[in-house]
Amino acid sequence: MKFAVQVNEGPYQHQAADSAYQFTKAVLEKGHEVFRVFFYHDGVNNATKLTTPPQDDRNIVNRWSELSEKYSLDLVVCVAAAQRRGIVDEGEAKRNKKDAENIAPGFRISGLGQLIEAGVQADRLVVFGD
Amino acid sequence: MSEEMMEGEVVKKFMYINRRAPYGSIYALESLEVVLIGAAFDQDVSLAFVDDGVFELKKDQETAGIDMKNFSPTYRALEMYDVEKLYVSKESMDARGLTVDDLIVDVEVKTDAELADLFDDQDVIFSF
Repeated sequence: MKFAVQVNEGPYQHQAADSAYQFTKAVLEKGHEVFRVFFYHDGVNNATKLTTPPQDDRNIVNRWSELSEKYSLDLVVCVAAAQRRGIVDEGEAKRNKKDAENIAPGFRISGLGQLIEAGVQADRLVVFGD
Repeated sequence: MSEEMMEGEVVKKFMYINRRAPYGSIYALESLEVVLIGAAFDQDVSLAFVDDGVFELKKDQETAGIDMKNFSPTYRALEMYDVEKLYVSKESMDARGLTVDDLIVDVEVKTDAELADLFDDQDVIFSF
């Protein structure tokens, strides 16, 4: 089956960020396809490489990056939500005249159309959030 | 699953469920942003307003005191995007003392049981 996943909550704050990862990983390991993972609302904070959790804790951001590399998983961060919350890639930094970028490997910033497209293309859109 | 081909494109039934008050969290505003962008994709779109989500459509929102933009007029613009199926929960309206006269747009009032049937009929559900 072809899944799409939407992540609406931030890392460490909310179980949804963990559940989304665990679900996505399980789905891929079962041989299903994940068309895209879309990060929205505070979910965009899952994409900052500046995250530094305690060493004995899980690294939620790196986990996504590793999953993306292993399965060529498309991780998309909503641009409007990202701009509000300071998640920036090189292009966005240039466009908005910021002196830094913080997007983690495997993530890309794009528009809400990518979420709608995921809903259209996937057999199931699974939303993680409150 | 009710999918039909229209001019080679898949048309699915998209339902946006709005459950939260318009201010206090950003969910309502960012939900509306998805609806507006999604309108360009020519899908079969419906919006449901349940729980405190019915307050999103309340007339006469006055937000200057909390330094927030009053985005409620945008709901009136949905018609121009061919987003015309707006449903409100009867139980949620009753519990909050609201009638359709309190709302800024025309809506169809549905019982929660009717909404459940409607949700059942969708291909994609966004819940905000």
